[in-house]
Amino acid sequence: MAQRLVKPYGDTLNDGRVQLSFTLPVALDDTAKEGARQLALMMGLENPAVAHAEAMGPDFSFFIVYGQCTHQLDLSTITVSRPEFETLDKDRIDRLIADKMGRKMVVIGACIETDAHTVGIDAIMNMKGYNGHKGLESYHHMRAINLGAQVDSEELVTRAIEEQADVILVSQVVTQKNIHLDNLTRLADLLEAEGLRDQVILIVGGPRISHELAKELGYDAGFGTRTYAEDVASFAIHEWSKRNAA
Amino acid sequence: MTRLHLDQEQIDRARDSARRIARRVFEQTKPFTTTTVERATVRLLGVDGVDENMVPLPNRLVSHLQEHDLLQHGAATSVVGAMIERGWTAQQVAEAVAAGTLTIGRCQDEQDEAALRAATTAEARKMCDHIARQRAHRDREIESVGESRRPWLYLIVATGNIHEDVLQARAAVEQGADIIAVIRSTGQSLLDYVPYGATSEGFGGTYATQENFRLMRSALDEAGASVGRYIRLTNYCSGLCMPEIAVMGAIERLDMMLNDSMYGIIFRDINMQRTFIDQFFSRMVNAYAGIIINTGEDNYLTTADAREAAHTVLASQLINEQFACLSGLKPEQMGLGHAFEIDPGMENGFLWEIAHAQLVRQVFPDASLKYMPPTKHMTGNIFRGHVQDALFNVVSTVTQQDIHLLGMMTEAIHTPFIQDRFLAIQNARYVFNSMRDLHAEIEFRRGGQIERRAQAVLTETEQLLAQIEGIGLPAAIGKGIFADISRQPDGGKGLDGVIAKSGDYFNPFPHLMFEGAH
Repeated sequence: MAQRLVKPYGDTLNDGRVQLSFTLPVALDDTAKEGARQLALMMGLENPAVAHAEAMGPDFSFFIVYGQCTHQLDLSTITVSRPEFETLDKDRIDRLIADKMGRKMVVIGACIETDAHTVGIDAIMNMKGYNGHKGLESYHHMRAINLGAQVDSEELVTRAIEEQADVILVSQVVTQKNIHLDNLTRLADLLEAEGLRDQVILIVGGPRISHELAKELGYDAGFGTRTYAEDVASFAIHEWSKRNAA
Repeated sequence: MTRLHLDQEQIDRARDSARRIARRVFEQTKPFTTTTVERATVRLLGVDGVDENMVPLPNRLVSHLQEHDLLQHGAATSVVGAMIERGWTAQQVAEAVAAGTLTIGRCQDEQDEAALRAATTAEARKMCDHIARQRAHRDREIESVGESRRPWLYLIVATGNIHEDVLQARAAVEQGADIIAVIRSTGQSLLDYVPYGATSEGFGGTYATQENFRLMRSALDEAGASVGRYIRLTNYCSGLCMPEIAVMGAIERLDMMLNDSMYGIIFRDINMQRTFIDQFFSRMVNAYAGIIINTGEDNYLTTADAREAAHTVLASQLINEQFACLSGLKPEQMGLGHAFEIDPGMENGFLWEIAHAQLVRQVFPDASLKYMPPTKHMTGNIFRGHVQDALFNVVSTVTQQDIHLLGMMTEAIHTPFIQDRFLAIQNARYVFNSMRDLHAEIEFRRGGQIERRAQAVLTETEQLLAQIEGIGLPAAIGKGIFADISRQPDGGKGLDGVIAKSGDYFNPFPHLMFEGAH
């Protein structure tokens, strides 16, 4: 494949111009300012310039720095893992479920463990959806059950068994010190222990989630921001069809 | 001040409806107490600390009374009875119960019962006096150190470690914060006990413990003295231990508490009977302690659409106001919540934000309104986010809000970095200062789009409240009227902690803290 070399663009091709801002936990003085510049150098920026430096109280200083990135990269060498399916519209998904499954697809969703932020799961599941994209509840051939926030993994698994869920959809929005990884691993382990892992399609979504990360954690797919209900639904029916093709 | 022309009679009708809705719930909850109300009561009598398994002694003591079939009479008299019998403090009684060396019994004699109630009231008065002193102390501090003009800048710290929080809070105060809220560790609202001691590990926030309250209070007193303005401290009086947190906050002189009458039901799936009982007691304590409560209507708009659901915010605020009245809170202690959450892509969205905020201002002229920044439509584009926050700041100052939660450009990415707060304060100060008197210079066009929008929301609010009044609040919540989330009266967590009071139930604190409570 042809090389596709890139580096950051400011106002001229390959000028490598980038901006960054950071805080140093010291009082602002000339030493701190020079320190900020040298740190930018150490980060690999050429000709760093401190465009703005400001004291944030007596113990912290804030810097806005511009510099030139010296690296360039060949985009043709990059592969990004993403779930392989075609996103269909709501009507086609509904028809496909009817044809392939001959019954309603059961999707159970929750924000698990410590996470109390339902904005993601609601956007995908609730009737109204998000940004004009209707949620899974509005699909005729889906039974979408949104358990809401702070649901224990155990409770989610129990409900999944009771409802004979085809798909488990978990959301992790707010995280600190990477607790979302522990939460997600716990759920995957629990499903494995219950012998359910192969019976359900396990999907995770959230702003910090990539498909690659999801696969690493033992999930079937991971969706980041700018995902709508039809993306999730398309993947679910695609995956179901693949598994039940034989 | 610029005002919208609204139908005052319609406002009065909506408020009357809310009054009857709240009163009906209040009457229904009167025959019940809860385990956490009783734990709050023994805390007010001076019980604190934990056993060797880190189980709080108030939990041990109240469980003991429950096991011995005494709790329905009220914990206070049983505990004070044991105190008198042995000449102990309440703490010693609790320790002996936890150690298994004391079994609490029941006073049988009727005359003794009257004497016991008098003794219990006398014992209860001690903590009430302490809380009253704390309240007076706050007033003196504000008098001597001074305070900022409104809107007050409200900032959140949430490191998980109280010692780190203290550093961040100090920095925030240096930068201009007027109010510091310490966000709780996620999940604490569902714990049926309050953790103990200084804590250094939490997720998405820091545990609310009495020691953490004390540490932050003392740091803020110090920081406030150095910057020359009183810094208000906020925590979360919500979840399964609402009344106990109220007590801890009253004892340690917190100034504000998130304390909603319905939030836990809707967003944490806590049982509604439990919540209605707990919110009453906790608000009574907050009222007595001079604490400003913050209600959580902003949350409706993160789930439901901000324009379509605007009337549910106003309806809920009116209900929250009436519950607050029943607990003795004064209007200035009511930090009724609302938010700037309309989709930034909507044409004239800014006009509707002004309409909503000004409507709330006029319906609650004396309340300490709490205005919340955009969160739902923050995308990770921090540059656009900073502009959204600037528009939010404009609405806040033009419509004269009181408690202004600062928007963070990094909302939806991470808990704020120190520079995120710094830039947020700079943004707000710029707007507030530069537009200080703008509100007095502009008028709303009579019959214009903003006024028509506000009037339409008011009309919908009146209709919604009439509908809620018709079926009762529990049924309305069951129908998912608020935030599109439905909860049932017997569902949710914590119902097992709801206890029917016996005919001779006694609790000294409502009598001491709020005359209208019994």
